This record gives sequence, C-alpha cells and structure tokens, in this order.
Amino acid sequence: MFVIKCPYCGERDQTEFSCHGEAHIARPENPETLTDEEWGEYLFIRSNKKGIHYERWTHDHGCRRWFNVMRDTVSDEILATYKMGEEKPKS
Amino acid sequence: MSNQNRIYKGGRIDRDQAINFKFNGKEYIGYQGDTLASALLANDVHLIGRSFKYHRPRGILTSGSEEPNALVQLGLGARTEPNMRATEIEIYEGLEASSQNCWPSVNFDIGSINNFLSRVFPAGFYYKTFMWPPSLWLFYEHFIRKAAGLGVAPTAKNPDRYEQKFHYCDILVVGAGASGLMSALAAGRSGCDVLLIDEKHEPGGYLRNISAKIDNLNSNDWTNEILKELESYENVTILNRTAVMGYYDYNYLTALQKVTNHLPYLSDKMPRERYWRIRAKKVILAQGAFERPLVFSGNDRPGIMLASAARTYLNQFGVLPGKSVILFTNNDHAYGTAIDFANKGAKVTIVDNREDIPSELSDRCNKVKIKIYPSHSIINTQGYQKVKKVEIQKVDQDNNELTGSLREIECDLVLMSGGWNPSVQLFSQSRGKLEYHSKLNSFIPKDLIKNQKVVGCNNGDFNLLEVLKNSYQAGLDFATELGKSANKSLEIETAFEDLEFTEAKVEPYMIGKKKVTHGSKHFVDFQHDVTAADIFLAQREGYISVEHTKRYTTTGMGTDQGKTSNVNALALMSHIHDKPVDNIGHTTFRPPYSPQTIGAIAGRNVDHLFDPERKTAIHQWHVDNGAEFEDVGQWKRPHYFPQKNENIHDAVNRECRAVRNSLGILDASTLGKIDLQGPDVAKFLNLIYTNAWSKLEIGSCRYGLMCNEHGMVFDDGVTTRISENRYHMTTTTGGAARVMSWLEEFLQTEWLDMEVFCTSVTEQWTVLSISGPNSREFLSSLTDIDISKEAFPFMKMKEGKVCGIDARIFRISFTGELSFEINVPSRYGLFVWNEFMKHGKKYDITPYGTESMHVLRAEKGFIIVGQDTDGSVTPKDINMDWIVSKKKEDFLGKRSFSRSDTRRTDRKQLVGLLVNDKKTVLPEGSYVVDEAKPRPPMDMIGHVSSSYYSPTCDHPIALALIKNGLNRMGDVVKIPLMSGKVIDATITDSIFYDKEGARNNE
Repeated sequence: MFVIKCPYCGERDQTEFSCHGEAHIARPENPETLTDEEWGEYLFIRSNKKGIHYERWTHDHGCRRWFNVMRDTVSDEILATYKMGEEKPKS
Repeated sequence: MSNQNRIYKGGRIDRDQAINFKFNGKEYIGYQGDTLASALLANDVHLIGRSFKYHRPRGILTSGSEEPNALVQLGLGARTEPNMRATEIEIYEGLEASSQNCWPSVNFDIGSINNFLSRVFPAGFYYKTFMWPPSLWLFYEHFIRKAAGLGVAPTAKNPDRYEQKFHYCDILVVGAGASGLMSALAAGRSGCDVLLIDEKHEPGGYLRNISAKIDNLNSNDWTNEILKELESYENVTILNRTAVMGYYDYNYLTALQKVTNHLPYLSDKMPRERYWRIRAKKVILAQGAFERPLVFSGNDRPGIMLASAARTYLNQFGVLPGKSVILFTNNDHAYGTAIDFANKGAKVTIVDNREDIPSELSDRCNKVKIKIYPSHSIINTQGYQKVKKVEIQKVDQDNNELTGSLREIECDLVLMSGGWNPSVQLFSQSRGKLEYHSKLNSFIPKDLIKNQKVVGCNNGDFNLLEVLKNSYQAGLDFATELGKSANKSLEIETAFEDLEFTEAKVEPYMIGKKKVTHGSKHFVDFQHDVTAADIFLAQREGYISVEHTKRYTTTGMGTDQGKTSNVNALALMSHIHDKPVDNIGHTTFRPPYSPQTIGAIAGRNVDHLFDPERKTAIHQWHVDNGAEFEDVGQWKRPHYFPQKNENIHDAVNRECRAVRNSLGILDASTLGKIDLQGPDVAKFLNLIYTNAWSKLEIGSCRYGLMCNEHGMVFDDGVTTRISENRYHMTTTTGGAARVMSWLEEFLQTEWLDMEVFCTSVTEQWTVLSISGPNSREFLSSLTDIDISKEAFPFMKMKEGKVCGIDARIFRISFTGELSFEINVPSRYGLFVWNEFMKHGKKYDITPYGTESMHVLRAEKGFIIVGQDTDGSVTPKDINMDWIVSKKKEDFLGKRSFSRSDTRRTDRKQLVGLLVNDKKTVLPEGSYVVDEAKPRPPMDMIGHVSSSYYSPTCDHPIALALIKNGLNRMGDVVKIPLMSGKVIDATITDSIFYDKEGARNNE
C-alpha cells in the first residue's frame, strides 16, 4: 500500500485516495468538430505504460482535491505528485 | 506411563508445572513451555492425523509454523478452530484437541482405502473424472466436498474479540533469532524506534536448540543476556507469538499477534488476537531458514521428522522422541543432531547418500558409537501407524542405480535433512527478486527493494559469527541512514556452532524399490499428498510451467503453502527436464505467510460497525410506526408501512390509493442535495446537463439528465435557482456521492477557470414530499406562503414558513399527483413531520414507503436511473430526446450521441409492457424474446426493468428495454419465466396513467 504525498495535505496512506487513470488527456475543445475516430481516441484509448506513468488521483478522504501522480508502474515508486494544471515533471 | 519420552533435565520447560490436556478424548500431562506437539511426543504419541487425499497416518514433521502434517482441530463449540498446527499450539490447562480428516477414528480411518487406490487417484484426478458430463458436476461435488477437506469450521458465531493496531516505527525486524536479535540490538542502541517480531513464544530462534558457544557463553544464556539489554530500551518493542503475514508496498506490513490463545480462559479485557498494520521506515528480514525434507519412498510415516525439529524437541523441550534413531542426510550439519541424540542415550545410525564423509565427522561419530552408512539411501520404510523399520541400500551415484544388498534396520524414529531453504516468502511478497544459490541449492534474496535488508540464514548466510556481525552492521547502517548512531560496537570475539551448515546438494528424489514414476509413495508435498510420481505425471501431460505444475498437482497449495515442499518440487522438475533450477523458476509467494483468522482482519468492524448506517431525521418515527425498512446504499429507508395483518401488497395498494385519492407523505430526505454557488453555475450546468440552463429564472426548478462522455444516462434530478448565483441540485439517493465527485472532477481538472463551489447538503435538509389531490388544501393551513394554483405554479420554488419553521417549498412531483416537497433544516424535520401527521388526520394522511413511490412513478412512466437504465442507455433510448438540447454547442456526452452505435434506430428502447393475461406480475430482470423455445438459448430482445401491480390501473404494469421497442407499439412479445411458463405481453407506451398530466396541475 502506497504512501502518497498529496500536494495540499502532505503524506497520507493510500486508503485515503483513489486513482482515476491516465493524466494529461485534455477534453477536446470542440468535440463536435472531431471525427468518430478522434472522439473514440479521447474516450477509450489509454497508454497502459510499463515504466514512468502519469495518472490522476483524488484525496477523497481528505481535501477532496484532484492532482497528478508520476509513478513507475514497474516498481510502483511514486516519483512526484503535482497540482492540476502544472507541467508534468520530466522523467 | 506418562511422559515416557521425557528426559530428566534440560530444555526450556518447567517440570514443576504440570498441565493436563486432552487429545482425541484421552488425558495427557505436559509441562509449562510445551507445545501440543512436544507434549504428545513426550507421551509417545506420534500419530496425529490423516493425510488429505490418501488418508495416510501422519505424525509430526517439524517444530514450527511450516508444519504440513500435524494439523488438529483445537477447542470446542463456537471457539473450535480447524487446521491448527500442533507444533505451534502452546498447551494450557484443559486444552482439548483432536485429529482431523479421519472417520471413525485416527487409528481406524475408512477413508484410508484411498491409499490402496492411489493408482486411480493421480494428480488431476478430479479434473479428469468428474468434469464430464458438466451437468453432473453438482451431483459429484456434494460427495467430493464431504470426502475432502481437513478440519471442521465452527457453526456458531465466534464469541471472541479481535483488535487492530496501527503502528509506525523506524526499523521493523522480522524474526528474533541470532540475526534478528543483533539487528534489533544495533538499532536499539542507536535510539531508533524498533519493533522486533517473532512468531514463537520466546525470542531466540535456533539459538535455543543448538550447541553453540558465543564468547564462552552457551547460546541459550547468551540469548538471555541480549534479551535483557533489549528489554531495557524504551525504544524497543518486542512482540512474541506474532507472525508477520503480509509485506506490501512502501514497507507496509501486517502481523497477527496471538494475545491470549495460549491461555485457558479468555478474559473480557483482553482480545484473542491483535492485527497489526505496520508502516516501517526500514525493514530487516531475519526469518531464518527451513530444513528441507528428503523425498524417499514412505517418507511420510509418523515417526519420520526433520532432523532440526527432533533437535528442538530434544534440546528445547527435553523430549527424546525415539531411542532407536536413523538419520538420513546429505549434509554435515545434520550430524549435530545425531550426536546430540547419541549423547542422550539414543542408538543412532546415519544413512548418508554422500560417498565421502569428512573424517572429522566419522571420528566424532565413532566416539559416540554412531554407525554410518555412506553412499546409502533409504529406499523404503515400514510401519503403519508409526515407522518401525527402514530398508537401506547402496546407491551408485554415477548411474543412479541401487547396488549392493538390501539391509533392513529396525528403528522408532527417522530423521531427515536435505539441507536448508532460506525463508524467502516475505521477501518475495515485497517484490524482492530471488536467485538460485548453487552451493545451498536453494533460493536466496537477490535484488532488495528500497529500505530493506535481509540478514542471517534468511539471506543464505549460515556462519554464526559472520551472521552476528553482519546483522549488527545492518542495524547500524539503517540507524545511520535515519541520522542516528550507536555508542557501542559489537564486542563478540568468537561464536561458533558445533557443526555449521555450509552446503547441500538438492536431491530430486531417492531411488526406491518401485519405479518412482508409477504410484510410488515418495512424498514431495505432505499436506496435499503430492508424490514425486504426480510431478512426473504433470510433466508428461504437458503442465511443464512451474505455475501449471503447482495447480495441476496442488503442490504447495496447502495451508503451509509449501514451506517444506516447494524447493523439492522444483528440483524434481529440474531433474525431469534436465534444466538448472534457475530456468525452472519458482511460483509467486502471496500473503498471508501462514493461515490467519478472518476475525482478526475484521477486528471491530463487525455487526453494526461493519458499514455505517445512515438514518434520516424521521427515522425513529418510522421505527415506532412499524415501517419495514429497505437498504438504499447506506441509507435505511421505509419500504412500506404495514398496518395490522397487512402484507406488502396490501400495504402498498393502500398507500398508493391514498396518494391518488387524498394525501400521502414520503420521507424523501435521502435524496442527494448539492448546493452550487458562484457566478459560473449556469454555464457549468449547461455543460453538465443535457438541457439548457442559461434562462432559468430565480425561483424556478428544472428537471435534468446527466450523461457521461459516452452519452449514457448517469443521473437525474431537479435543480432550482435559489438566487442570482446560487442553485440547489438534487440527485438520486444512490448517486449523490458519485454526482458530487463528477462535478468536482470537471471543476478541478477541465474547467479550472470556472468559479463554482459545490457543497453536499444532503444531511442538512429534511425533505417531506406530500402528494395527492388534497395536498394544496392541507398545506395551505400550515404555511404563510401563497400556494394557490395561480400564485404557485408547477416547477416553482418559494421560501417561507411551514409550521413556523423556515422552509423551501418545491412544486415538483414524482407521483404525477399534485405534490409539494417541503425542505426544512434537519433539526426541525421530525417536528414538522409530526405536525403534518397531526394536522393531516382530516385528510387521512398516509405515510408511504419506497415501494409505493416506485409503483406511483412507474404508473406515470417516470424512470429510475440505475433501474430502468444500466449505463448503456442514452436519453433517446428512454424516449427522453425532448430533454436533449439541440442548440447547445457542447455538453458532456453530446458528441457521443452521433457515434454510429448510439445513432442506430434499433437500439434497446424503454417501452411499457402489458401482460395479456392481465394478472401476471413479471419478475424484474426477465428476458424478453420474440420466439420462445423449450429451453435456452433464445434470442433475447430485451429485459423487464420495472414491474409492479398497479392498484390505480388494477392490473400489472411493466417497463422494459426492448430492441427497436418504440417502433413496435402493439406487438406481442414473449417472456419465458424460470418456471418454464411463457407469458405473452403487448408493447405499449410507457405512461400508464393520466397521460395528459392533468392531475399534477389541479
């Protein structure tokens, strides 16, 4: 079970958080202009990386804030956590 | 005679404290400090139970948690526990235990017929035999279940209390043997916060059993000195009788402490067990090693045990389990046990399969009259309930065949030692990688994870002095990393074990009289009765991956998880495939390390503390007035309010009629409520809901559907504009938390510039929904708000007083009748409810529950999200295209409505169903077909989502999702029931009552 550093609250146990999959997938500005394929890409296609992975988490049983986590999916080491809207750290 | 195998002095038992206990109904005496296993051996009881599959007599193999054979049923009644290891049970006055897996008794067991039939019970037997025809599996299973299994689970509720504890420490040391004590000592001296855990009742580990000297002290006295120092440190916590069960990410470990299991009476003040959840900055694993059995024919009889276990019984418990002893080994270390036994007067013979025995060893053996047979192997054993004879023969190692003549030796105890396997289970659980050590012929830790060290035998190091020094250093190193240091270095000058373990070959199996491949009794996994022949069979049948072999033969799958068998099974596979063990690999170790009680994991989260119960402000009134409750998520909602002798149908019919004819009242407080504030709320709602929100006036309500990005309906509710920048959103009861998260997600991740604040106010408001033609007349006498038809039209909200309390009244309806939803602060909820009940007598005000609410809304064709939708349904599918804005450029889900699949016109659509017989209430979930066949499969065209008897229409009504349903009005479809009966029904409109909506506007 991870220890996750919430950017707002500090280190807390994983049980306080939930994960919401890959980060940095912005909702398209004008969905109506997209082809079915492009829209499908946004809805369904995720990278499922082996190695450095960026993902969204929420501190449900804490500040209820969303933030991003940079995690190595092989070792499960959390390399960084950062606020929504911030640049993703370099791997 | 009692304690006939007990020697007069020595060991760590207290001969002045006799303890009476019962095994299989017979009374025995043991001493304080005994385990059940040692006390039984002292009384010359070797036969403990019967094996799992062949019901062979089994005894005691080990002296610890790795025990595969000596499993007993412990205790009586509600406290009885199956599969308890006799080697771990500390005896107490009045203990009662019995053998398992035998009937009528352990001495005469009917099931042992399986032993003679073993040729027809090979690995995979059940898969091959009982899986065909599939329809008979349920029939077979009944008998197999009865025949299989070990102990018996208690049928009564466990009366014991279990506790949980969260613990944070600098350094956790697992195992308090030679190495663990040293690491803990270094860390303790450095001032680190140390937790030292050991599964035995006293620390010391193997130091308690061997002849070792450390700086002129014998290992027992030395251990006591170290313990005394450790106990003097406030920063060191020592937990005995505690086993670390799981090792998870980021040094999170769980441990089970047996707090009072060893006591005759459980006090109310103490829990039975305590479950520790530990987060350690650093972890040092010092679990030691397990001795490896040898795989030879008949190696499972009672009286055959591991050499180290026998040594433990002798030196720690003062028990000489046999007087005529055969030691079968392949390594020097085991000779120490033989010499200990000879010194205590036993006649010892050593069968060593090695050709060259070091002369130092043979000289020492000569001195104590131990005869050695080099290059020999035990090829068979005899004795049914206890071993009485071994057959040995010379083995030509080069050609792997028997030479020389067969010799029989009488004996009453056979010891075996095939080397040592480091206990890598926890290390492996932590994702540490293992490597095969070519001298030890076992797996040792290779790549450590962060903040972890493995020391001592656990790491494959068996030299005592080195182990003590390295383990101490490990503790120091971690202390330094934590910014602390010890003022004392380790003063040990000399430490040596009489005979130390250096290396051992791995022996796939010992050649026997019978060919090993066919039905021979070379046991690899004792608990699951897996023989070498089974491993051969698995390879022949193509289960050559180690994971497949494990599952096909079930080796390593018992309650001991193969602690004694895994490496031997791998060696055998390596032998069969002629590949190094490295290339065979190993199976994955998973928690728990040894069996643990569910009670401890649950702790106090049982009964009413298992899951929180949510109750509305009116709850007590519902209870007092005989409501039957329904769980909706965590909420307790009144299902219906039966009056004398009424069943659910009578009550629901009465409640529904009251609403349609006069006045009903519903406690709707569980409805999700979210307070939205900020300048951008309207803009936000426009994106969240499918319809338009920009022009909603203050004091107006609007119904909305929420879709996810796939265009599927996900929640619905009414949202009201309270003031310029303030809105009150309602959600479904079950969806409240989900909707709240949904809103927060988009505000925090996509539309960060929007100024909208969401606050859950579900618990803050009590909602009383009054419904029926008399509701306006009734309410008008209790409020200062003008609620006349003209002043207060449908879908409006007004604020004012109700029964003198500040309230919001919403003119909305979920029943189709004239309705008002009165919201008052929760603390006044019960007061207003009581006032309503008092003043409503005139109209025969009738409280109704969720069942009537469902019937009433279904009569009107109103959907319930989650019942009439299932996450694969668009607004169009439920015939609610009218609520989807065609003008808005964007909202969540919009783009998906034009995907090829959602655009299809023949999707499943929500329609009404009327049964042709006018009386059958279809079961919800029933499949709908066009053509009914005598048996499945049939082509399903949809399913019934809601179905009730409608008291208003006086016939059953149903809603269903049916392919192309909206274009099939009037068609007759079939609903095959589980009973085999087929019901005809006609597709209709989904509104069954008051289609024009006139009643709502009375």
